Amino acid sequence: MARVLREVLRSGEFVVTSEIGPPKGSDVSKMSHHIEMLKDKVHALNVTDNQSSVMRYPSLGGAILIKERGGEPILQMTCRDRNRLALQGDLLFAYSRGIRNVLCLTGDAVPVGDHKTAKSVFDLDSTQLLRAIRTLESGKDMGGNTIEGKVEFCAGAIVTPEARPLEPQLMKFEKKVDCGAEFFQTQAIYDMDNFRRFMEYAGRFPVKILAGIVLLTSAKMAKYMTENVPGIFVPQTLIDELAQAPKGQALKKGIEIAARMVRAIKEEGLCAGVHIMAIGREEVVPEILQAAGIGFNGHKASDAGT
Amino acid sequence: MIRSITKQKPLAEVLELLGEMERVFIIGCGTCTTMAHTGGQAEVLAMKQKLVETGKVVTGFLVIPVACDNLTEEALQQNLPAMKESQSLLILTCAFGVQTINRFLDFPVIPALDTLFIGKEIGPGLFEEVCIQCGGCILGETGGICPVTSCHKGLLNGPCGGTNNGKCEIDRNKDCAWTLIYERLQKQGRLSAMRKFQSAKNYQVEPKPGKTLFELERSGS
Repeated sequence: MARVLREVLRSGEFVVTSEIGPPKGSDVSKMSHHIEMLKDKVHALNVTDNQSSVMRYPSLGGAILIKERGGEPILQMTCRDRNRLALQGDLLFAYSRGIRNVLCLTGDAVPVGDHKTAKSVFDLDSTQLLRAIRTLESGKDMGGNTIEGKVEFCAGAIVTPEARPLEPQLMKFEKKVDCGAEFFQTQAIYDMDNFRRFMEYAGRFPVKILAGIVLLTSAKMAKYMTENVPGIFVPQTLIDELAQAPKGQALKKGIEIAARMVRAIKEEGLCAGVHIMAIGREEVVPEILQAAGIGFNGHKASDAGT
Repeated sequence: MIRSITKQKPLAEVLELLGEMERVFIIGCGTCTTMAHTGGQAEVLAMKQKLVETGKVVTGFLVIPVACDNLTEEALQQNLPAMKESQSLLILTCAFGVQTINRFLDFPVIPALDTLFIGKEIGPGLFEEVCIQCGGCILGETGGICPVTSCHKGLLNGPCGGTNNGKCEIDRNKDCAWTLIYERLQKQGRLSAMRKFQSAKNYQVEPKPGKTLFELERSGS
């Protein structure tokens, strides 16, 4: 059985988490395959929640599948699709099914997704959702009513170290800390100098930071991300490196870059760990881990399987 | 002055709404829809032309000075004969105007416009939403810029991850409200206001539909 994430975060060992994207539909065979492949290679697995506002199989369903297969799930919860009644109810349900970790997100905007005319909810924001979790833990719901049975979650949130302007982002980061976030997954980072500067700041807070590593699969993707995705900066040197990869080898180069960053973060002890997102390419996560020298549960690859 | 910002429905939709009603009386408004060029005199005449071209009979038209005002009743009464010859009123006012007219008359009302938001003209042809009348004003803590209205997600505690060099993730032509708030508060030396945690908002200050009876003080008492 997997260890509880909160314990791993407190152990001081290098934490590795990854992410599973649920299917568009009810066929969970591919997601189950990804879970089986990754559950013993990372400390915990996130399941995205209608990521990019695209309707999919729910995060809660994916988190239960991970739990049933002996993995450690991190339930992603966005505030876009549910009001405070639904969010709290889902938290109660998640706890009753053994889910102990929640990542609180605002959620992408409805118009960027595949149901562009849907009503946006955003009854709560990510800070208020964190606060709601701590309120439920105190035995009360947000309406001040007593709840039966306890709930307890290791609650996390996200932060975007490359946001511009940065200061408002950091102010929100601090609010999330105050509202009870124990760990943070960062938006994808690629510029190590910028990330070092961010950690000089964030390292002062009593929270664990997991650096977001998003697999680059081509120079075109890297260029698109840096030009279009808010809060992501890919240095030109990385784009060039991908562009110079031999034909058909860009993905391999992307894996190498991701592994290099994971290794550097670990060796420098820059932050508590990494969160690896290989959006749609979950099957290459083991390769990234192996190339980074990360073996089972943070042991060196050479130690694993021997 | 606040304005009701509208846009015209596509002609095909207007014709579908009119259906088999052949005889139409057209009403515009001299205020908001005139300014937005969606339902003033020129647009009313253009609509008349388009309807005639599709075989409709326009029994008359009228541009009411302020369609949402109670004086609208008088203007309507003066035009009753031509309206009675029609089967429907095609209305180029905002939804307030449509409902005001509907209150005074018992004719089928067909809106030719969609009402987008209550906003302000900040430049020629450029309109911005300013207030959604949420019932819980926090402008005092946000540098006078409303995140409930101006942030796409209505966030109360700072920017989301979609903030993009001062713009919003949904549209590069839209400002990130929280960047504007940050810049304003920074200029005023009041960034501490932004650090204050805003608890979950009361979205039921005045439960829909809004209806409030204020006790009026009697003069002389």
